[in-house]
Amino acid sequence: MTILEDRPSNPAAGDHDRPIGHGRMQRKEDPRFVRGKGRYVDDIVLPGMLHGAILRAPVAHARLVSIDTSEALAHPKVLAVITGTDLQALGLAWAPTLSMDVQAVLVTDKVRFQGQEVAFVVAEDRYAARDALELIQVEYDVLPPVVDARKAMDPGAPVIRDDLPGRTDNHIFDWEAGDKAETDAVFASADVVVKQEIVYPRVHPAPMETCGAVADFDPIDGRLTLYETTQAPHAHRTLFAMVSGIPEHKIRVVSPDIGGGFGNKVGIYPGYILAVVGSIVTGKPVKWVEDRSENLMSTSFARDYIMQGEIAATKDGKILALRTNVLADHGAFNATAQPTKYPAGFFHIFTGSYDLAAAHCTVTGVYTNKAPGGVAYACSFRVTEAVYLVERMVDILARKLDMDPAELRLKNFIRKEQFPYANKTGWEYDSGDYEPTMRLSMKMAGYDELRREQKEKRERGELMGIGISFFTETVGAGPRKDMDILGLGMADGAELRIHPTGKAVVRISVQSQGQGHETTFAQIVAEEIGIPPEDIDVVHGDTDQTPFGLGTYGSRSTPVSGAAVALVARKVREKARFIAAAMLETRPEDLEWEKGRWFVKGDPSVGKTMAEIAMGAHGTVALPEGIDGNLDAEVTYDPPNLTFPFGAYICVVDVDPGTGHVKVRRFIAVDDCGTRINPMIIEGQIHGGLTDGVGMALMEIIEFDDEGNCLGGSFMDYLIPTAMEVPDWETGFTVTPSPHHPIGAKGVGESATVGSPPAVVNAVVDALTPFGVVHMDMPCTPARVWEAMQGGTRPPV
Amino acid sequence: MQIPAPFDYVRASSVDNALALLDRHGAESRVVAGGHSLLPMMKLRLARPDWLIDINDLYELDYLLVDGPVLRIGAMTRHTTLLESDDVRRLFPIITDAEHVIADPIVRNRGTIGGSLCQADPAEDLSTVCHVLDAVAVVRGPAGERMLSMAEFHRGPYETAVAQNELLIEVRVPIRAGSGSAYEKVERRVGDWAVAAAGASVTLAADGTISKATVGLTAVGLDRNVTEVEAVLVGQVPTEQLFAEAGQLAADACDPLADQRGPIDYKRHLADELTRRVLRVACSRAAASVPDVTIQEG
Repeated sequence: MTILEDRPSNPAAGDHDRPIGHGRMQRKEDPRFVRGKGRYVDDIVLPGMLHGAILRAPVAHARLVSIDTSEALAHPKVLAVITGTDLQALGLAWAPTLSMDVQAVLVTDKVRFQGQEVAFVVAEDRYAARDALELIQVEYDVLPPVVDARKAMDPGAPVIRDDLPGRTDNHIFDWEAGDKAETDAVFASADVVVKQEIVYPRVHPAPMETCGAVADFDPIDGRLTLYETTQAPHAHRTLFAMVSGIPEHKIRVVSPDIGGGFGNKVGIYPGYILAVVGSIVTGKPVKWVEDRSENLMSTSFARDYIMQGEIAATKDGKILALRTNVLADHGAFNATAQPTKYPAGFFHIFTGSYDLAAAHCTVTGVYTNKAPGGVAYACSFRVTEAVYLVERMVDILARKLDMDPAELRLKNFIRKEQFPYANKTGWEYDSGDYEPTMRLSMKMAGYDELRREQKEKRERGELMGIGISFFTETVGAGPRKDMDILGLGMADGAELRIHPTGKAVVRISVQSQGQGHETTFAQIVAEEIGIPPEDIDVVHGDTDQTPFGLGTYGSRSTPVSGAAVALVARKVREKARFIAAAMLETRPEDLEWEKGRWFVKGDPSVGKTMAEIAMGAHGTVALPEGIDGNLDAEVTYDPPNLTFPFGAYICVVDVDPGTGHVKVRRFIAVDDCGTRINPMIIEGQIHGGLTDGVGMALMEIIEFDDEGNCLGGSFMDYLIPTAMEVPDWETGFTVTPSPHHPIGAKGVGESATVGSPPAVVNAVVDALTPFGVVHMDMPCTPARVWEAMQGGTRPPV
Repeated sequence: MQIPAPFDYVRASSVDNALALLDRHGAESRVVAGGHSLLPMMKLRLARPDWLIDINDLYELDYLLVDGPVLRIGAMTRHTTLLESDDVRRLFPIITDAEHVIADPIVRNRGTIGGSLCQADPAEDLSTVCHVLDAVAVVRGPAGERMLSMAEFHRGPYETAVAQNELLIEVRVPIRAGSGSAYEKVERRVGDWAVAAAGASVTLAADGTISKATVGLTAVGLDRNVTEVEAVLVGQVPTEQLFAEAGQLAADACDPLADQRGPIDYKRHLADELTRRVLRVACSRAAASVPDVTIQEG
């Protein structure tokens, strides 16, 4: 482990010592945001633009009997009303999902979840579009819904996907990882085996900006420009070409400023397609922006895993094996976004940070009459569920063994010398050094003192809990040989140009939704070629202006695109060496690099700066053979492995014994994301993710009633945390660089969201120890905590 | 963006003008004050008035006045004003307690006491507070003013005695020496509607016995006051045992519904728990205003 010194922040203008490369510089994108000058999809106004609105199904499961649009079409401001039948004629009624399933763009046969898209109105303004929705008459023949995933495979359960040929049940897939026989054998001979059902309820990423699009189809040159809330503009362009028949070179996808994604903006929603169809039909640009309820009710949710966990150990606390059977509720269409080979995402990293003798998991996916989705909310392709399972099971084991949960973890960590570590389900952890990180978090928390305080409080009847989570992430998908989405390899491109005056532009294939790419990517280039980050423009989010790549999700921007950017900068630096040699009339091998400058070995006064070299490259210097007259380069980066950030989180809660109300008093987060680029941005990401974690642990859930009505369709019902629910975050860090990443960075965007929920729940359960509580499912609302104190909560689903 | 059904809008310039507008536009007109209940309902198209009569220019109704034995609160007084008032904190800490847990600063800057009472949401806090404090609602209509007790004012969930052509203009709260009051709410998140809440007001006699006591509950299916507790508390010296008795009565009296905020048992438990808590605080605050009285432990 090494700890890098943060460079001091230096806001003073004109200071030559300001940080470049690794440093706490202020975000280059913030001036436009703090001045209210961000440009989001809904800020885009095109000449003659029309507005679309979607009529959504009021019930969860129903045959569509009839639909009458005549009254809506008679509205003076309505230009078009599009139904499923209209789309059928165009071959667009169904679209492929990211999981090789299909999803209805508009209902043709049957409604399959409440809030599903039924018709699309295009009108002169958004008010008229909304008013006209009420003028569409739809007759439904309501069917019994499948709401409870546990009953989805019951004989006689209604078959939701009767659109699929030969389908007689609601089964989607079975998947497994690890060695079942080996695991069963370890379990059979273990001293101690503990079982627990653990439910990770359905939650929603709820980005502040809802989803939307502005589609502009030019009938003259057949060109489609699509402004979209997307985390993956290039992948969307390819998929739109495949679905719509518009050739790919005639499609431009622009993802402007995005107000949060969290995986909610990876898939292609019917609304985007409808905006395109609306534009083709009317010959004018069409804007569609969903409202908050539409976002919560119909777009990609997260989790919904019912996990049967089992952990085996020796009686002195050596963890031997883990196994789990998971029932995964994917909703009405299998539309999860993850690498094709992995229908349960990266859930099979559920062995966590521990050195196990065996592990095995099975995951069964089922359809229900609920909105589709499942991989979202900063989950790193379901590492969230995996970390929650293992970190709860380890705590439950600690209780069973009467061991301190910190001690149990320390005893079972994969040791530093075991890295790279092959786990029992097929992963190769690139690097790690867990114990110092755990010890640092305990030191920051004052762990022993907290335990003493807890003991005293328990004697007085006060309920204080201390919860630990130690997580290992697996991010940066991923190597092309293993990872693709609908056949598109998960690589990323980068292009770097140094202009004649020494200013630079770097074009990247990933898209920021708030992560600060315009700053950190400039910092990476700055570190490699010595131009200040202020002089490097980062271009992203426009398929006409950037190289191909798969986008931002799964914490992959820094591990994949960050590597591409570092490598393209090194390529430019190497090219600069040849040009500098020509300028200095010497040999390239006689030059030595210092940040921003090539100079003659042994004579540092003779050299050329990057700006001089750039001018030389574009000027009249006689260039060596094979060197073009520019200072540009491009690369596509195929990562050799994923990266494995990790962290130790400690949460302290106080529970009101009379009301069950949980107050998060402290939260200590020590993250190791390898080499750190901009610590301020890292801290911001951690703060946001921890807040997510507190939200999920204490209040967030998308529930349904027996009829399949969504009970979380507004922010009055779907609670997300505010500053009032969270403490001052106490963050720390260690640095264990990735051995295979060009700058050793690992990615951090989702670490805190992945790692923090078990810390909070472990703390709540710990607080409730005097009541004999061993486990409770999220969300730990006052009512559910009180029920746990009375002898047990019902599972949330 | 959620968009309400079409409506027309007019801004009233005075109370009389507002009453005239209500009269003119009839049954499908609604008054909007802070707008934090009505506008969301309109955006969800659950409320669809033809006319919105905006009374935010009626500064004449934005006042707090200690007037002899009553505190007079203009109907357009914002939550923030109530929260920040020293008079309110001194005389009726229950109001300050409640305002602390009503929504968030943005809502409190706009929302009004009149709007809160007229919305009559079963989970609304100030309604309980006004019941507990024996407040009087002053309602003006074409025939002049009428004074209504809270029991008369409130007709049930989302229903009040204010007629279509009338306006709530003032709330009067009687000031009683030797009194203390308190409010406590359990919520899933700061700013959420109450899972349950309770308020209490207690007056102590010179001998330290309770001379008047009122307990009210929010969001648990009871029209605010737990009338049974007064008989149990009055004449007694406040003790934990007495509070527990009152708590039990509150739990028995309420009639909550199970919903996403919690099951019936839990809400009934909260009626008990919160009743005991607010009585404890109210008695201790009352004792602080009556020298030589201390609350016995146990």
